[in-house]
Amino acid sequence: MSFLTLESLTASYGVSQALFGVDLTIDEGQVVAMMGRNGMGKSTTVRAICRMIPSDGGLTFAGGDLHRMPSHKVARLGVGLVPEGRRCFTTLTVRENLIAAARPGDWTFRTVTQLFPRLGEREGQRAASLSGGEQQMLAIGRALMTNPRLLILDEATEGLAPIVRQEIWAALQVLKSQTGVAILLIDKSLKELAAVSDKAVILERGQTVWSGAMAELSSDVSETYVGV
Amino acid sequence: MIVNERAINALVIAGLVGLPLWALVMDEPFTITLVTRAVILALAAAGLNIILGFGGMVSFGHAVFFGIGGYTMGILAYHAQTYTALDLGAFTTGGTKSMPLIWLAAMGLSAIVALFIGLLSLRTSGVYFIMITLAFGQMFYYFAISWAQYGGEDGLSIYVRNDFPGLNTLQPIQFFAICFALLCIVLFVKARLTASPFGLALNAARQSGARVETAGLSPLRLKLLAFVISGAITGLAGALFADLNRFVSPSMFSWQLSGELIVLIIIGGVGRLMGPVIGACVYVALEHVLGGITEFWHVYLGLILLSIVLFARGGLIGLLTGKEGAHV
Repeated sequence: MSFLTLESLTASYGVSQALFGVDLTIDEGQVVAMMGRNGMGKSTTVRAICRMIPSDGGLTFAGGDLHRMPSHKVARLGVGLVPEGRRCFTTLTVRENLIAAARPGDWTFRTVTQLFPRLGEREGQRAASLSGGEQQMLAIGRALMTNPRLLILDEATEGLAPIVRQEIWAALQVLKSQTGVAILLIDKSLKELAAVSDKAVILERGQTVWSGAMAELSSDVSETYVGV
Repeated sequence: MIVNERAINALVIAGLVGLPLWALVMDEPFTITLVTRAVILALAAAGLNIILGFGGMVSFGHAVFFGIGGYTMGILAYHAQTYTALDLGAFTTGGTKSMPLIWLAAMGLSAIVALFIGLLSLRTSGVYFIMITLAFGQMFYYFAISWAQYGGEDGLSIYVRNDFPGLNTLQPIQFFAICFALLCIVLFVKARLTASPFGLALNAARQSGARVETAGLSPLRLKLLAFVISGAITGLAGALFADLNRFVSPSMFSWQLSGELIVLIIIGGVGRLMGPVIGACVYVALEHVLGGITEFWHVYLGLILLSIVLFARGGLIGLLTGKEGAHV
């Protein structure tokens, strides 16, 4: 049975419908890439999973119906989100950002700073004074500190320098190979996504139009729906 | 000149200890009473600062808890001193003159009312939150005015200050010591609280409730807990204030008092540990010094407040340390 299941998921922003039927399944420990051009509903799907917007259709995680839960309960159930645009708590230090929402588990301040040594070096620094890459690492670290069973990364490498992007992708490889956390990745870098993901889902106009093993994703399909 | 915040804090504490001792030596009991008043107002504002400075909630009805603390003291002491029964429905009591018991009752009752007000008001934010808390304040104010059994508009006088084991509370220096010790305890707890995961999460919720929610925390629960703690501390201050004056009146519930508590925090520094203490000291000093010169001393206070808001966003502590305060 799948860990996370979305069946014909629909969602709207007021009167404007954004999702028209998203189907997606993620198994435990699986890394899934969600792709599609801008405005096709990827971030809206993430917001619906995290219950930040109301939605209809099937939405279950670890056997529980997420529709019945407020956002913070979804997170407590084990869904960790690294939101688009980093969104660290700017007035808190690196250490404070990490421990503010920490929950018991394997991920602690020590293990997070082992994954991202730069965070350890800047633990007393305010998040606002970090570089974009460091803020992104902090956002990932903060989500890991909640000890999630499913980690969602929404455009985690967007706008970062190539060397920092490499660090983030390397960290994701470590997460995949050394932990059992399932990962839902949204990114535009097809090459890196292909290297780390087991499965891909493509959205077009708020609907799932392609789903399958990453190895089966043909260049025709990716060119048609993703533009690369 | 940039001054270290810890040095400022140490200086303020030293001043709060030194001034009453000097007044004791010089046989100036009124000065001790004046400092005690500042300490109690600091305690009330320290309670408010938990939600205003760290949680970003501008409560314009915090006098509710100050008044509840005051009336709890007044009613319990009145019945104890007049040997009359206080009928609480489920049981009857003869009241009490014991300060610790009165504090527990004042904090407990304030916390319960804060829970109720918080549950209703914290679902809103911004100007709506301000208006709801103000409305609750006015409700309690007018209730106190119409509560003829306990003095109504005229208030309720308590003829003897309540007891504290081992101390003579009628001695100004001993009553000051009690109030100062309570302020120190509250400041210590507050410092620990703000550095704890709860305090950090509350600070984070001030920045973005949605982000805190996706980290598995309920902003409403965080804010509600902070509101309850804040209300209980302000309730304790109200009980002490009533004991200081040996008098309670509906003015303890007034919106002017709620505003004054906010002013104290702004003067000292929003979100600063010692902000309310410095604000209260400056306020009481101005009230005493300028109040002796002109009855329109609030005009000068207004000018000072205006200057701080325009030129020292972090209050006096921010001005001296060169750091801005929390953005509310």
